[in-house]
Amino acid sequence: MSEASAASAVEVAALQVTGVDKIFTGKKKATITALEKIELTVAPGEFVSLIGPSGCGKSTLLRLIADLDTPTTGTISVFGKTARQARIDQEYGIAFQQAGLLPWRTVTANIELPLELHGVGAAARKARSAELLSLVGLSDFAESYPDQLSGGMQQRVAIARSLAESPRLLLMDEPFGALDEMTRERMQTELVRVTAETGAAVVFVTHSIPEAVYLSNRVVVMSPRPGRIRDILTVSLGSASERTEQLRENEAFFENVSKVRELLHGEAPVGIRGVETR
Amino acid sequence: MTAAPSSSARAKPARPRSGPGGQNAPRGNAVLKRIAFGVGGVLLLVVLWELYKALGPASGVVVGDLTILPRTTDLAMPHVWDMIGRLFGETGSGRNAQPVWLAVAQAAVFTLGVAAVGWVAGVAVGLLLAVLMQRFRTAESAVLPWIILSQTVPLIAIAPLVRRWGSQLEFGDFTWENWMSVAVIASYLAFFPVSIGALRGLNSPDAIHVELFRSYGVGWWKTLFTLRLPASVPYLLPALRLAAANAVIGTVVAEVSIGLRGGIGRMIIEYAQQASGDPAKTWAPIFGAIAVGLVAAGFIALLGVLLRRYRRGEVPA
Repeated sequence: MSEASAASAVEVAALQVTGVDKIFTGKKKATITALEKIELTVAPGEFVSLIGPSGCGKSTLLRLIADLDTPTTGTISVFGKTARQARIDQEYGIAFQQAGLLPWRTVTANIELPLELHGVGAAARKARSAELLSLVGLSDFAESYPDQLSGGMQQRVAIARSLAESPRLLLMDEPFGALDEMTRERMQTELVRVTAETGAAVVFVTHSIPEAVYLSNRVVVMSPRPGRIRDILTVSLGSASERTEQLRENEAFFENVSKVRELLHGEAPVGIRGVETR
Repeated sequence: MTAAPSSSARAKPARPRSGPGGQNAPRGNAVLKRIAFGVGGVLLLVVLWELYKALGPASGVVVGDLTILPRTTDLAMPHVWDMIGRLFGETGSGRNAQPVWLAVAQAAVFTLGVAAVGWVAGVAVGLLLAVLMQRFRTAESAVLPWIILSQTVPLIAIAPLVRRWGSQLEFGDFTWENWMSVAVIASYLAFFPVSIGALRGLNSPDAIHVELFRSYGVGWWKTLFTLRLPASVPYLLPALRLAAANAVIGTVVAEVSIGLRGGIGRMIIEYAQQASGDPAKTWAPIFGAIAVGLVAAGFIALLGVLLRRYRRGEVPA
């Protein structure tokens, strides 16, 4: 890594998480340490997956980045801003496990929602939503209502909505978790294409190992109670254009899948300290 | 009277695209069936009434000292056709006599007008309270018990109070009139379901929607108008229907206890006093009250049709 690129990476890191702890205080002062000593840097345009068993705090970490919750200690900066400022400046787009579309709005109006809330003019909104609809392949359903769409289509609308303001960072919390396997794989392929086209950095929470490997430049493996980053694995499966359906049959793909699996199950990893081998 | 809104909810999936196309025939049949059942229900009531009147003992069914079913004399239970026939007779024999149906209709329009004013005021107050309670948790714990308590005060007790307070109001050319007291009492009954229903509705958006709006960095007001109010419509419509019924009842009862002339409430009392000589006439203003209730319910049903876009997620009851 050359000095110049290292310097610029530090300056404009899409996401910088430093020494973050999150402790929830429950009833009777019982405390739960959801996250402990989290350190994570995501470069612009990089696709990073958070993977781990339930309760490892991966969704909590995403919520902290989105400023939907605040860390107990430590700092989070998004493009050099505090998480709060980044939220107010709309530096990120977010998609959840449920599509969360407003049922009384058409597909178009749902995609235009963030633009409308931020005072973008009608003509510009129309143009943007048409663009996004064709990006997620739903141009024919522009005037449909969410209850007329399948789950996969709703999720695509939600992704289009998260892209509406061309964010440089996308936060996704198991967006394909509720979909069937076939829809899921198609959506993954589309997501790789879409993020490559938009050049956005992505933090992607999942508990599917193949999904994490297929999508990511790096896979962050987390362990529960307390939530910690156990290891970070760099997946080198080529650029977005090379990540086609054939990749799922690829030798290197399976190799990475088993590496992640070993890390998840806590067996001593041999020579794959992700961070150092970059 | 609940048939119309639920039918529009049931037709949900095909709605936006369903033109005057092929689905119309089965839908038309369903509507006809619904109307037939509605008419059948009324007819059944008439048949039961007449059947009991024909077969029941003249002194009523008495168990011990307790009359559990009414007398069947013409005085206690006039024939249905007499009640209807009386509508087309004259109100009296004097110079101001007019057909009973016309007098009832005029009174019904008057009552409907007062009830509408009360309903609008009650809905406005109810919505304001709900928004206040949604915004401030403390307001909810401070105000909600009082809202519930307010409904335990008997109407008869507050009617004279409202009238006396109102008569002390004076600014400029404005003078408080009795019909305003009646409207206030109607709104007193109408605001309750609205405040409770709207509060539930305003709090109904899923956490995911609320967080989405937070992630957009928009304030509470924008969230209120873009998310909470539209989401509250399915909760609000039944509340508005209840409020309409309450406003009509409140108006009729308050007309009686305040002594406001011109409305159905006063007419019920007046005609009831003539019941011994003219038992069928007593029922005319009661039919009028029913008509007022039906018009009010129909208005809410219309409102539901206008707002159907916001009821897409609603599960037909």
